[in-house]
This record gives sequence, structure tokens and C-alpha cells, in this order.
Amino acid sequence: MPEARSRIEAPDDLFEVRHLSKTFPGVRALDDVSLRLRRGTVHALVGENGAGKSTLMKIIAGIVAPDTGELLLEGEPLRCRSPREALARGIAMIHQELNLMPFMTVAENIWIRREPLNALRLVRHGELRRRTRTLLERLRMDIDPQAQLRTLPIATRQLVEIARALSHEPKVLIMDEPTSALAEREAEHLFEIIRALTAQGASVFYITHRMEELFAIADDISVLRDGRHIASGRATEFTRDTLIHMMVGRELSGSFPGAPPPRSEPALAARALRRAGEFHDISFDLHVGEILGVAGLIGSGRSALACTLFGLTPPDSGTILIAGRETRIDSPAAAMAHGLALVTEDRKESGCFCGLSVLENLEISVLSSDFVRFGFVRSRAARAACGLMLSELRVKTRGLEEQIENLSGGNQQKVLIGRCLLTRPKVLILDEPTRGVDVGAKAEIHQLIARLAGQGTAVLLISSEMPEILRLSHRVMVMHEGRLTGILDRSEASQVAVMDLAAR
Amino acid sequence: MAEQTSAARTRAPRRLPAEGGILLVLLGIALTFELLGWVFVGQSFLLNEQRLVVMVLQVSVIGIIAIGVTQVIITGGIDLSSGSVVALTAMVAASLAQSSDAVRIVYPSLTNLPVVVPVVAGLAVGAVAGLVNGSVIAATAIPPFIATLGAMVTARGLARWYTRGAPISMLTDSYAAIGSGVVPVLIFLATAVVFHVALGYTRYGKYTYAIGANREAARVSGIRIGRHLILVYGIAGTLSGLAGVLTAARAVSGQAGMGTLYELDAIAAAVIGGASLAGGVGRIAGTVIGTLILGVVTSGFTFLRIDAYYQEIVKGGIIVAAVIADQYRRRRRFAGG
Repeated sequence: MPEARSRIEAPDDLFEVRHLSKTFPGVRALDDVSLRLRRGTVHALVGENGAGKSTLMKIIAGIVAPDTGELLLEGEPLRCRSPREALARGIAMIHQELNLMPFMTVAENIWIRREPLNALRLVRHGELRRRTRTLLERLRMDIDPQAQLRTLPIATRQLVEIARALSHEPKVLIMDEPTSALAEREAEHLFEIIRALTAQGASVFYITHRMEELFAIADDISVLRDGRHIASGRATEFTRDTLIHMMVGRELSGSFPGAPPPRSEPALAARALRRAGEFHDISFDLHVGEILGVAGLIGSGRSALACTLFGLTPPDSGTILIAGRETRIDSPAAAMAHGLALVTEDRKESGCFCGLSVLENLEISVLSSDFVRFGFVRSRAARAACGLMLSELRVKTRGLEEQIENLSGGNQQKVLIGRCLLTRPKVLILDEPTRGVDVGAKAEIHQLIARLAGQGTAVLLISSEMPEILRLSHRVMVMHEGRLTGILDRSEASQVAVMDLAAR
Repeated sequence: MAEQTSAARTRAPRRLPAEGGILLVLLGIALTFELLGWVFVGQSFLLNEQRLVVMVLQVSVIGIIAIGVTQVIITGGIDLSSGSVVALTAMVAASLAQSSDAVRIVYPSLTNLPVVVPVVAGLAVGAVAGLVNGSVIAATAIPPFIATLGAMVTARGLARWYTRGAPISMLTDSYAAIGSGVVPVLIFLATAVVFHVALGYTRYGKYTYAIGANREAARVSGIRIGRHLILVYGIAGTLSGLAGVLTAARAVSGQAGMGTLYELDAIAAAVIGGASLAGGVGRIAGTVIGTLILGVVTSGFTFLRIDAYYQEIVKGGIIVAAVIADQYRRRRRFAGG
């Protein structure tokens, strides 16, 4: 196994990353990473979610500043404080999310800030069109320069984004999962564009989760794990299996003493659940007292599935069974009435009520059932129950009146879990329950999940953290691009087995 | 020593009343007028019972509207229709409050009715207007600004259409009594108390703040957002209706031009009082103080015998200055905290 770094020794390095480190609050995103990008090649970066690939690329593109380390472009030190400076030096990035203006035309989007102007500083639209047509023809993209962007399908918009990056004639092009929105034929077209680009001496950093794509396009491959550089080498030196092993690292023992075996009564089940564009044909059973882990890469449809199970988005077809009975869940309120609870993945977006107190954040979900008489909140009872929940979950706060945004991420997460527990759920859906949470709180949340399962709560645990899934789950269900690719028993679930199903 | 510090830190912070800053602004403005009064007019501004009553009286109607608007603003919305709803309800209430010796009678068979009829009719019309606002916003998810802008134009049109533009006069004495003396002030204060309690101590209030603070989280917490918004806009509409009933009673007539721009004064009162247009923040006590600031400014200018034209010019500046002062104070408190 080429676990040791295999060095690329080529005289013709276009770009070099030297000893780059970056720490975000609570996370070491990059730890002393060094890479070389050869001229005229495609260099693929692989790694699990959170391995540090995107952070590394954002530093190179001038979006994020590194803590330590340096970048060299053609041997010259490079210090870019903004994407604009990076572009001026010939480094362009194509983002995973589209950064285009929907109400402007293709031409306007591509040449924004660089429009040809006449003597009166007005835009010369004819020249703008001509330039766009030339560019699109050169890239063999059949797109109308005058089309408004929002009228184009997603895949075409992705091509426009690529055309925009290429219009800067970059020396280094960064692509973060560029094919995620593309069909096979369009992806093949993109590869042709990339090959033409590298033939002219430009180089590409390429992030992808698709293995077959990797071997089709990459000249070199680097593996990152937990912010550290694990290996680099020619693509031919790697195989699919060696790559997966390097991405997941050392095998962890799958045992966790906390959770006793589940019972056989069904708690929640799905049959052929489908929501167009998000997930298809999902069937699974979750039993009383069971922790069912849901693994998969970002965008595999796990969170979308959770939203549908909880009544936030309606399914297009398929059924949901609660305690064995077919149940229609058309709103979160209905889901809660059936004993479901959801902790969403994004604390800020759909979790915390910022500006409100810890008490108000906790009690909100039970005001429809407990603590209210004739519309008035029985504040003494609510305070007592919420206070008890805080001490049970060992939340560190100055009191119930403290504003939630003053708590640390881990303690906020505990409050949100507490909000769900106050409803005494039979089925608890947790979406990334320990994301952005410090180590101590993480361990406490793990123990809590195991304890709840032991008490008979059925837990659907969505997590991008493989060790978390493997340690806690009785069974692991793996999703890939909206489909269920397998359900593994604890005995067969290993990092390699899960990754194998998650990255087809 | 170190232990002491950490013990002091773990104690919950003593919360100053959120309205402290804006109350100081109110006192500052009042004392400024007091000072100017002695210098330019030769008498006290504040030590005058009659002036104080008039001061509150003239903003009671605005205050009642502002209490409803505050709740809408807390949900992250806005209500531009209040002023027009005042006109519409004033017309409807006045048409049912005419005495039999009136010259032009809207409903000849319906004169000298007991006072409860026009009052209930006015409140009902206001409630319907609010419920329509809320339903449109909940069902179509168009911005509240647009929905209530449309309602503002339509309600004004309805008020004019109701009598083809003719004013309604000669109202019964019992109806006029609602608007006389300190009655509007008492109604304003009673409304304030009711909704102060509703926002602070009921499920209705908790849901209102939750929706404004984070709509998505509120949805995930099982709150039926559409239904709640209809209720909030319905309450705001009803309070505009109440304001319309009082406006007609005070003027002893109904006119389609009544309540023009009241919605902006009400929004100003709520925002001066600390409500955030971003939602999730706002208190009735603050809105009451904001309303009083508008009243003090108007009375103060009249007291100093400043031309009405200048009043408007300066009032706009004072509204913005009051909010800037309050925000500055808050930011400092958070930074120091």
C-alpha cells in the first residue's frame, strides 16, 4: 500500500503549495499541506467530506487566507487577498454552487466587470455578443449569448460558468465537482475542453467524488484526510481500492458498548419513497431502539430524505409507515403528532432562534401540547422542565435567559436536541448532529444517542463522519446520488465497505 | 481571585429593560422642549395637564394601529394598509351611527342604532381586511409589502366608493362619546396592556417571535406558519378597525380621506420603539414610547408656535435620529457585554 508519500519530481511545476495550514474555530481544516501542480496536467484531489479539499482550493483562489505556508506560481511567491487578485494572476475557480446572475444574459454574465465600453463608457452590446460567440464557438458550446440565464437548464448554466472562468485565460483552473450537474455526454464534452486547455499548457485542480471520472481525466492524484496530505502520485500508481483505503484511513472497531440490540417492532419505515431530483426508490425499516446510520457523500439525498420523512417536503410517490401503519405526513406538525422529531443539519439556517433566549428556544416545540393552559404559557412548569433538560444534557450556559447565540456550537446543538426530546419522540431523526461541535460535546452527544436508543427511541442518524456512523449504528444505510446503494449490518459495516457503496 | 472572576461571569447578566434607551430619548426630547419653552414662550411645556392629555390623545389612534403593526413587524412582515383600513372602517361605522335628523342618510331605515352596532361593524370590517391580508400572504407567499400595498389602494378605493365620495355626518351623541375626552387614551392604554400580555405570556406571543426570529426553524418546530400569520394580520386589521371607529367618533363624521399616511406613523412608532424590520424583535412597551415620542414632537412644535410646514420637515429627521441613537446604544451594549 503506497501509504508513504510518493513524490512527483518534475522540473516543470506550474504551481506549488508549501506547508499550508489553516484553522477555523474548533477545526484544523488544513495541516501542513504541500502539493505540486505540473504544467499541462490535471491534478485531482480526493478525500472524504471535510478532508480539507475545498478549503485548500479556496485558499489558492484567494477566497480564504491561510494561517501559515505559501503558494508559488511559476516559482514566484503568490499572495492573493481576493478572488479578483487571483484572477489577475491567472487563477480561476469554478464553484460547486453556481455564482451567476439569473436575470442577465449569458454574454453579460461571462463578461461582467469586463464589458467592452465605448467613448461614453456605455456597454458596446454588439462587441459583447461577438466576443461571447467567439468564446463559445472555440469551446464548442452551443449556447445563445443573448439567452437570459434563468431560462437555461442547470447543466447549461454550469457550462456558462465554465466558459466564464475560461474567458480569463487562466493558467491554473480550479474545478470543484464540475460534473455534479452534468449528464454523461456533457461531462465528456467538459473533459474535451479540459484536454484542450491542458494541451495549451494550463493546469487544472480537479475535485471529484466520482471514481471512474477520476481515472478518466486525472494525470496526478492527491489524497487528503482530516486536513492532512496523505499521498500524491501519478494516477496510474493508484487503484480504486488503494484510494478508498487512503481516504478513510485506519479501520476503526465498529463496537460501541452503549446501545443494546434493537427490538423487532417497526418504528418507522419507507416503501419506494421518491422525490424527483432528490432521491428515488428508498425503502428501509427502522426498529424500536435501533440506530440506523445513513452514510453518503454530500448531495447524496440524505438530508432531502429526512425533510420528506418529517413532512417538510412532500414525496412524489411511495409511502411512509409509522409503527407499521401507513401514515400521511404533510407537515412537521403532523410528523410531531406521530412521534417524530428532527434536528436539522444547519443550526443557523433552520435550528436556532437567534435573538431569543435558551428557554424560548427549548420550549417552542411543546407549546402546542404541554405548558399551555387557555393559551397562556405556564411559565413555571416550562422553566422547570427546560431547566431539567439543560442539566440532563449538561448544557453549559449562564441560565435559561441567556441568548442562544452566546452559547458554543456544541451547547447550541444540545439545546436543539433538547427541544426535540421535550416532545418525547418515538423516532428521532438527527442530521449531522455533531457538525462543528467540539470533541467533549461530541462524546456526550454520542452517549446520549446510545442512551436514547437503549430507552426505546428509534434513531435515524445521518452523518458525514464515518467513525460516528460506524461507532453508533446497529445498521448502516448508504446512499449515492439519490439512490440507496446498500444496507450493511454492523458486522459487515467498515469504512471501506461503506465508502465503496458511497462512491460508485 | 481567578475563581471570583469566573463566578461573576457565570451569573446571568442583569437585563436592563430593553426600552431604557428609547425612554431616555423621549425624556431628552421632552426636556428640550421644556427648556425651549422657558426661553422662548415663557412657560412650562410639561407642567400643563391639558397639554399632556392632548399630547397623548392626538396619538392614541396612531398608537392603537402601531400595536397591531408591531406584531406584524415582529413576524418579519409589514402592514401598509392600516391608514386605508382606518378610512374604510370609519365610513362603515359612521354610516351605521347616523342620527335620524341627519341630512344625507346612507341607510334611511338604520338610524339611531345602539352604539354597539357601528362599533362591531367597524371592528368586523377591519378584521376582514386583516384576514384577507394574512390569507393572501400565507397562501401565495408574496412579500407582505406588496400584499398590503395592494390592500392599501383597494381599501382606500372601497372607502371612496362606499358613498361615492360623500362624507357622512350627523352621528349620534352616544357614538360621538367614544371619541370624546380621554376615552381614546384609555382604549389605547388598555389595548397596549392586552397585547403586552399576549406577546409576553401566551403561546400566540411565543409563536409570533419564533416565526420572526427564524421562519424555517419555526416550521421545523411544528408551528403552522400560514395559520399564525393570518391571525397576526387579522389582529392588526382589527386594531386598524378600532382606530377607524375612534377616528370617526372624534370627528363626528366619516370621510374617505381619513387616516391618510397613518400606516407610516404607526410603522415609525414601532421602529422608534425598537421593533426590527428584520423580524423577531419588538415590544409593545417600546411601541407605546415610540408613539409618545411622535406625540411630544407634534405638541412641542405647536407649543413653540412653529409653522406646521416646518413640523413635518423636522419630524422626519427626528424619527431617523431616534432610531440611530437607539441602535448606537444597543451596539455599544453588545460590544461591551
